[in-house]
Amino acid sequence: MAADQASSGGFLTIVRRIWRSVSVPLTAVLLAALIGAIILYASGANPINAYAVLIEGSFGTAQTFGRTLEKATPLILSGLAVAFAFKGGLFNIGAQGQLLFGAITAAAVGFGVQGLPALIHAPLAFLVGGLAGALYGAIPGALKTYTGAHEVITTIMLNFVAINLTDYLADGPWKDTSPGNIVARTPAVLETAKIPAIGNIPLGFFLAVLAAVVTWWLLYRTTLGYEIRTVGFNPHAAHYAGIRVSATVVLTMALSGFLAGIGGSIETLGVVGRFQPGFNANLGFDGITIALLGKTHPLGVIPGALLVGAMRAGANRMQLHAGVSFEIIDVILALVLFFVAADMIVRWIIRVRAGEEEKVTLSTGWGSQ
Amino acid sequence: MATISTTGEASIGQRITEGLFKRVLFWLIAAIIVAIIIAYQQDARVTTAVLAATLRQSIPLILGALCGLLGERSGVINIGIEGQMLLAAFIGFMVNAWTGNLLLAVIAGVLAGGLLGAFLAFMSVTLKMDQIIGGTVINILAFGLTGYFYQVGVTTAGKLLPVPLGSLAELPLVGPVLFNNPPITYFTLLLVVVIHYVLFFTRWGLRTRAVGEHPSAADTVGINVYFMRYANVTIGGAIAGLAGVFLTLEAVGSFERGMTNGRGFVALAVMIFGKWTPFGAWGAALLFGLATAMQTQLQFFDVQVPHQFIGMLPYVLTIVVLAGFGGRARPPAASGQPYETG
Repeated sequence: MAADQASSGGFLTIVRRIWRSVSVPLTAVLLAALIGAIILYASGANPINAYAVLIEGSFGTAQTFGRTLEKATPLILSGLAVAFAFKGGLFNIGAQGQLLFGAITAAAVGFGVQGLPALIHAPLAFLVGGLAGALYGAIPGALKTYTGAHEVITTIMLNFVAINLTDYLADGPWKDTSPGNIVARTPAVLETAKIPAIGNIPLGFFLAVLAAVVTWWLLYRTTLGYEIRTVGFNPHAAHYAGIRVSATVVLTMALSGFLAGIGGSIETLGVVGRFQPGFNANLGFDGITIALLGKTHPLGVIPGALLVGAMRAGANRMQLHAGVSFEIIDVILALVLFFVAADMIVRWIIRVRAGEEEKVTLSTGWGSQ
Repeated sequence: MATISTTGEASIGQRITEGLFKRVLFWLIAAIIVAIIIAYQQDARVTTAVLAATLRQSIPLILGALCGLLGERSGVINIGIEGQMLLAAFIGFMVNAWTGNLLLAVIAGVLAGGLLGAFLAFMSVTLKMDQIIGGTVINILAFGLTGYFYQVGVTTAGKLLPVPLGSLAELPLVGPVLFNNPPITYFTLLLVVVIHYVLFFTRWGLRTRAVGEHPSAADTVGINVYFMRYANVTIGGAIAGLAGVFLTLEAVGSFERGMTNGRGFVALAVMIFGKWTPFGAWGAALLFGLATAMQTQLQFFDVQVPHQFIGMLPYVLTIVVLAGFGGRARPPAASGQPYETG
């Protein structure tokens, strides 16, 4: 009896805890979809039809569901990259650029290195992509600690540099020279470098989920994670506690870049099969929305990425069958971001008290160090 | 402010003293003037073209930086300049396409920018949202809205044309560069002077700066912190809106998806490089304008550099400038922090 009561009480507590952490993001998504519907209606489209096609295109069949997972995979990683940097007190808007670097170097190893068995070739290309992203992520980290240049601007600028540089590589030294090709793209990666799919489910998806778990473990179960979070919370206190703040900032950005980089690797090796400029647009930017949707928790990023992935997967079908431009998704995502960040409004609507979770603060002045 | 200075590593920038900075600046300006004269003697046509392009390219950056500094001087970081420009560019373009009236189009664009400015103020002042996230919301929203409502094939009914200022426009070099420009360009240069005056020589400006440096002290002496922030960020948004309509109605004459191309972010670097002052921003914007103008000129000559590397120039310059000067510059003390009364 007593044990039964205790367990049901425990169950209720868990339900309440889960409700408290998902109620705000969930309401935010619903509110954003509602406003999206108003915009759709105002512009002469049928919102119910549009949303129906959108859902059909993302969860309708096993095949479309596989496509949703495929779309969600790089988003989990870019979301992780942004969330991880948040934990270290850094706003990495450069996940896009880091992801591009990961994608193109993974492609280079994928088509350039020959004669390796698949068991070595694919992981090698995958990791090299991650390292390229890490190096590219470390630059704004180093610039921040050693010169005080704020990462928000440097990462955005490095995104533009990355777009130009990868465009140059794919149209110059690493261009696909097979007869008949005129577009800027690298050769296809070898079969041995490809990340396969299990039925409709891409293997990359599991890698991304694994990365989320490892990130969670690193942040909450290791000394390094503790140091990163301490620097993010209060760099002064971290310094007095004997943590090397500069090194931690650079390392945080490098690890964040690594996560974005393997996101690019998986896109190249598991989805696109080569690097082609323009094929990876938006992946890094969606990471910001996803990280905040998941309240910057590494595991919270997964449902956030699934949601955005579903929207992106269904958007093409929506454009084709309901005649609605896919840019409406950007509008809805911006509104989701707004409602998640402005949780005051959402809490007022659904009457949920604020939890004790850490609040994200990023803008405490800049250009300063 | 100081977040990582406790590590004890003085930045390279900090070691450069204020006096040295001024001397370097003086010699830099002198060298630039000499270089312009020499270049003009070598090739008058190209020099005039490059300088005119420099001014043209700098206009949206000056306006963006003015928007940013009004916000930050009152304590609100505006990272949504890019989105404010983009939406205003689109609205201005559409209104012009519908009505054929250029003045109406400019006003509509400026109002759209002001509206997004007010939205940022609402998010950061009333909702006390993180300001960087608030700006990011604006950027994504503007990108989505302009992309969604954009229709291929719409064209504007004309664009703002140069107005030569009488005989001043006849002068060699300075005539075609400075005194033969379209209206928004003149207005921007005027705005630099006006905002400098307002910010440093009027009661409004004093209040704005007080609110950005020490809001609780300002509140104590009866300044309405919320009102000052709302007003400055909204006016800033309208100025960013002017930068947007400059792009569609004065510079290009058409709209493309994402046509602001990072100018809103470069403008922030310009603002920091210009040390949060209107004249500083003007000078910094001219430097960036020159980098972009050189980019177009280099493409005319048969230079053996891939165009992507030339395309990177303004962005790399932004990073270099921030790394060299950003660390040393001091932003308004309360910039980025929400204020709670009572």
